[in-house]
Amino acid sequence: MSASALETREGVEVRLEGLHREFSGVRALDGLDLTLRPGELVALLGPSGCGKTTALRLVAGLDDPDSGRVVVGDRDVTHVPANRRDMGMVFQAYSLFPHLTAQQNVEFGLKLRRVDRSKRAGRARQMLELVGLASQADRFASQLSGGQQQRVALARALAIQPAVLLLDEPLSALDAKVRAQLRDEIRRVQLEVGTTTLFVTHDQEEALSISDRVGVMNQGRLEQLAPPEELYTAPSTAFVAAFVGLMNRIPCRVEAGRASVLGATVRVTDRSVTSGEGIAMVRPEQLVVEASDAGSAEVLQVSFLGSVTHVRVRTADGHELLSQANGAEAARLTVHTPVRVRLVADQLLVSSD
Amino acid sequence: MIKAARRALPSLGMVPFLGYLTVFLFIPTVIVVVGAFQDDGRPTLDNVRALGSGPVLHALRQSLVVSASTAVIGAVVGGLLAYAVVTCKPDGAVRRAVTSACGVLAQFGGVMLAFAFIATLGFSGAVTTLVKDSVGVNLYGSGWLFDVPGIILVYSYFQIPLMVIVFLPALDGIKVQWREAAENLGASTWQYWRQVAGPLLLPAFLGSTLLLFANAFASYATAAALVSQGNPILPLFIRSALTSEILLGRANLGYALALEMIVVVAIVMTGYALLVRRTSRWLR
Ligand SMILES: Nc1ncnc2c1ncn2[C@@H]1O[C@H](COP(=O)(O)OP(=O)(O)OP(=O)(O)O)[C@@H](O)[C@H]1O
Ligand SMILES: [Mg+2]
Repeated sequence: MSASALETREGVEVRLEGLHREFSGVRALDGLDLTLRPGELVALLGPSGCGKTTALRLVAGLDDPDSGRVVVGDRDVTHVPANRRDMGMVFQAYSLFPHLTAQQNVEFGLKLRRVDRSKRAGRARQMLELVGLASQADRFASQLSGGQQQRVALARALAIQPAVLLLDEPLSALDAKVRAQLRDEIRRVQLEVGTTTLFVTHDQEEALSISDRVGVMNQGRLEQLAPPEELYTAPSTAFVAAFVGLMNRIPCRVEAGRASVLGATVRVTDRSVTSGEGIAMVRPEQLVVEASDAGSAEVLQVSFLGSVTHVRVRTADGHELLSQANGAEAARLTVHTPVRVRLVADQLLVSSD
Repeated sequence: MIKAARRALPSLGMVPFLGYLTVFLFIPTVIVVVGAFQDDGRPTLDNVRALGSGPVLHALRQSLVVSASTAVIGAVVGGLLAYAVVTCKPDGAVRRAVTSACGVLAQFGGVMLAFAFIATLGFSGAVTTLVKDSVGVNLYGSGWLFDVPGIILVYSYFQIPLMVIVFLPALDGIKVQWREAAENLGASTWQYWRQVAGPLLLPAFLGSTLLLFANAFASYATAAALVSQGNPILPLFIRSALTSEILLGRANLGYALALEMIVVVAIVMTGYALLVRRTSRWLR
């Protein structure tokens, strides 16, 4: 094993097929289907309690499904015990072995695989370098910060060159800055080693920023699996639309595949209501506000967010909407300014609820 | 000035405790040490030399046997019991019941305990009578209950629950994630115990065992209530040294015996401190 070049392993496909898991009456997973392409990083996003951790534990073999299968490559691993699944996992809670140094922690899996001493030490050192902690190799977990501990945990999981890497909210205990930094680092390392990775999080920014595709879960099922951009611009269900990013829900009428919203007529997307009453899903940036004495809407609040400004307005029929304005326009808006609200969209998702 | 006073304030709270230590630990220790090297106000080594005499050595050996065996019995049985309590269900009713029972039983020494055993296993004890009547076996034998075997049995009665109490926190400190991480990295159950849980629990286990040893070594009341003839263990030897001043012809032999006990306990507690220091390197 050369010390310089990082050994990588061909990524494998991972399939979760119809996974069901019930805990004394609570349906944690209710028929979860999810396929990860070889070498891909998929983020699993969803509200608390939707079954993300359960899904990950089933893949790792730390828990057994009531029904359904887990397939890695072309091997069904559903009934393979966790210690023979060849998966690297980073837990949400700190999980370094406290009686071992960072170096020994990373060596742990290699020792179990009977890799000889010098090879083992070299590889562990290399992994610690990869996560930027080579200088802390002799420290115990209690002497490392939370972020450093999670890095060591990542190095430990990667050291065994697992077929699949599983990350369960590895960053949730860290502060915002370390979190963003470590998140990018995880992505860099993942691209470098090319391991198929399932990354669980309930932080949408995290999910959208580092993954190839994002799976949104709700009540034990997968709502949508799509690249981040598509998830944002073309959510396929009302749940995804509301969960990812900010969304206005505007009641409207649909006729012949076209919805009338805020005086404009727009095409509806495939999975929308085709006729009758519905609720249009409109992003803040799809609503442009302009100061106008003839405008029937009124500004309620202006919040400057750095690159953009959010403007909350009330329409003539009493609806509150969140819109977005750029710097120049925003400067002219204050509370009570009469404004016109214009819809800028090619098509919209109109849901029944 | 005020600042310095304020900084000293927290240590002021230690004063009653220090006073307590002075009156009940330091002063008695000094008296014991000084007394051990005196007779009728004159310095002498006779008392200490008498520690090497046959009866004293015998009592010391029996004391060590009682302490070591009840420490090991307590540690093993209590350790297993504590493990069972932790694994059965966290915060369940079983756990609460066992821990409170152990809290009571660990303190249940002395006359009450001795009497309870005499009432069950004594010459005309309930169990002795029952077994004799039904199976025809004489459990009482030649009075083992009132000698070393009896002391070991009776001491185990409070050593086991004490072990449960002192060892539970260590078991609670073992996180599920460690097991799962080990499993995930390829460890079998045996490898997990051998390489993770074992090394993590061993210092606490040995430390608890030493604590049990010291606890048994210094126990007096239970043995005193149980044994009325002879001095099988050191604390009882001290009793007779104090009550009959002519024992072995040395008035101050009691002090020397006490000194010997202090030395043994000090050695054990040093071992305990070393173990604790070893673990504090990696545990906060
Ligand atoms: N061991 C268990 N025993 C009982 N119920 C469980 C267990 N594990 C999970 N559940 C239940 O299953 C559901 C899904 O839990 P899961 O931990 O997978 O959610 P999650 O999506 O990871 O949530 P979070 O974002 O809060 O971590 C929850 O309702 C939870 O209460
Ligand atoms: Mg979770």
